[in-house]
Amino acid sequence: MSKREQTPLIRLENIYKKYTLAGETFNALDNVSLTVNKGDFMAIIGPSGSGKSTLMNVLGCLDQPSSGKYFLDGEEVEELSENKLAVIRNTKIGFIFQSFHLLPKLKAIDNVELPLIYRGMSSSERRQQAKEALEKVGLGDKLHHVPNQLSGGQQQRVAIARALAGIPPLLLADEPTGALDSKTSRDVMGLLQDLNEEGNTIVLITHDPNVAAQAKRVVRIQDGKLTEERVEAS
Amino acid sequence: MKLSQGIRMAWHSVSKQKMRTLLTVLGIMIGIASVTIMVAIGNGTAEQVKSQMQGLGTNMLTANVVGRGSVTSITLDDAQQLTDIEGVEAYAPNITGNVTAKYKTSTYNASVQATTPSFADIREYTVAEGRFIKDIDGAFSQKVAVVGSEIVSELNMSDPVGQKISLNGASYKIIGVLESKGSSSAGSNDNVVIIPIQTARVALKTDAIRTIYVQVEDSDKVDYVQQMLEFNLQRFFRNDENAYTVFNQDDLLETITSVSTSMSTMLTYVAAISLLVGGIGIMNMMLTSVTERTKEIGIRKSLGAKQRDILFQFLVEAAMIGGLGGLVGVIVGSAGSKFAGRLMDSPAAPSVDIMALALIFSMGVGVLFGFLPARRASKLNPVDALRQ
Ligand SMILES: Nc1ncnc2c1ncn2[C@@H]1O[C@H](COP(=O)(O)OP(=O)(O)O)[C@@H](O)[C@H]1O
Ligand SMILES: [Mg+2]
Repeated sequence: MSKREQTPLIRLENIYKKYTLAGETFNALDNVSLTVNKGDFMAIIGPSGSGKSTLMNVLGCLDQPSSGKYFLDGEEVEELSENKLAVIRNTKIGFIFQSFHLLPKLKAIDNVELPLIYRGMSSSERRQQAKEALEKVGLGDKLHHVPNQLSGGQQQRVAIARALAGIPPLLLADEPTGALDSKTSRDVMGLLQDLNEEGNTIVLITHDPNVAAQAKRVVRIQDGKLTEERVEAS
Repeated sequence: MKLSQGIRMAWHSVSKQKMRTLLTVLGIMIGIASVTIMVAIGNGTAEQVKSQMQGLGTNMLTANVVGRGSVTSITLDDAQQLTDIEGVEAYAPNITGNVTAKYKTSTYNASVQATTPSFADIREYTVAEGRFIKDIDGAFSQKVAVVGSEIVSELNMSDPVGQKISLNGASYKIIGVLESKGSSSAGSNDNVVIIPIQTARVALKTDAIRTIYVQVEDSDKVDYVQQMLEFNLQRFFRNDENAYTVFNQDDLLETITSVSTSMSTMLTYVAAISLLVGGIGIMNMMLTSVTERTKEIGIRKSLGAKQRDILFQFLVEAAMIGGLGGLVGVIVGSAGSKFAGRLMDSPAAPSVDIMALALIFSMGVGVLFGFLPARRASKLNPVDALRQ
């Protein structure tokens, strides 16, 4: 395997996230440092309550760490305004959630257009880009279906198309197969692998070792602490 | 985010919950509709009264002898002396009564005004055919009559001038026909037979003058003439102030104007209250909506919606709900105004100004009362919102 030039897309340095419950403070993220390169396909694995979602929220700029430094695509995220964070979410990150998080009253294509609306893109350009994203995930014939006319696997594909539509440098998936049966899970994982082959950087969160096995790199989180498990194996 | 996009988004969500939107806007709708209707009726009535009053003539005073005390009427000479005041342009003593008018086989219950030639100018009657009564008709007690158009048509006269009609059995020669003045709620202005006051005894069996119409040269002198006239009447009736009244048309106009002004002030309060109630309804709906759509807000934020995008989305929605209420209210209101106008036989015209204002105000109410919920939505933490 040829060594390509590795530019870090994500760099976390000594990240802490503290929560206070019933007067007691504990670290949901405990001194987490992590580097993710462009083109990586990384799985974060850990049991329930270990801090996976907390880490994903920090990575996705939905939440701010209590301390530590976070660089995304060369830019330090700390202390940015709400507005600036919204712009980063809009342009740098595509989210894929366990429960899809589609807007139930909007057609597939309208759901996929959402991130582009907040980018201020013209409506014809938006349509075109959303359509291409849906075609890419194999739903070119379901543009005008609303979510409840689609199967779970199809809904997750719409969500993936929505994450892809804005062509962000990072795809963040929180248990993307958690709500799907095993066959559909394989399809969705296959799609994510294809997307990674095409050069998309993917960070995936899971508690399922079979899912993690399909990633190029696996890190384990336990009680908020991160340990490297496997790099570029197989 | 662009306005057009915001409007599309808001319409999408408003149109997906028709029943709730309808119930929410009901308050605003009813308020706007009733105010539109009431303003239309108020305007219509005021216009009608004004046009009737203008039909009476301008700068005019009316002295009425009420008929209490020892002296219950005045003579022609009295009328002349009482109105001998600087600033009086013309006066017309007047005796009114109803008679049975007959022409050939037709009869009609006609209203008679026994008066002098100045009556035409003061009451703004013009002659369409023939001539009006003259002083000389009176001086010789000529039994001549000028008739209104309604008399002509009701008595089936084809070429009235020169014909004779009978008024309570007395034969009068028609010397003129009046131009039609149309009717008012006070009755028809065209059911009138004008005869020389000196012949009143013949047709009306009385020569007791109870009314004098006085026309003043210009509006500045009306008050002075009124005071002098009252002074003269007081002296004439030996300080018996119950024996007469002097009626100033301008006073009445002023009263009507102030009544309609205070009515519109009151209507403004009614509108304000209904908009307030409607606004609270909108706030309530929007707060519920924000709670229900917490997850939607979280999703939108995760996809890059800024606080101001969310604020804008909910504000446009609130303005749209308010505007819809206003729009339906205006439509219902103008239909109602037309209906009320027909019912009351008054020109109840819905005013375009009021409708535009109502629309703008109800949208404004939406924005005002939608602000708090919209702000709450925009401030939601995306992580918490997504967890819902
Ligand atoms: N907002 C919060 N307030 C307090 N504790 C929280 C909050 N969010 C998460 N936690 C706690 O932090 C820990 C990690 O949670 P999470 O990241 O959701 O775990 P995972 O996604 O791995 O199941 C858990 O113990 C959870 O109860
Ligand atoms: Mg989780």
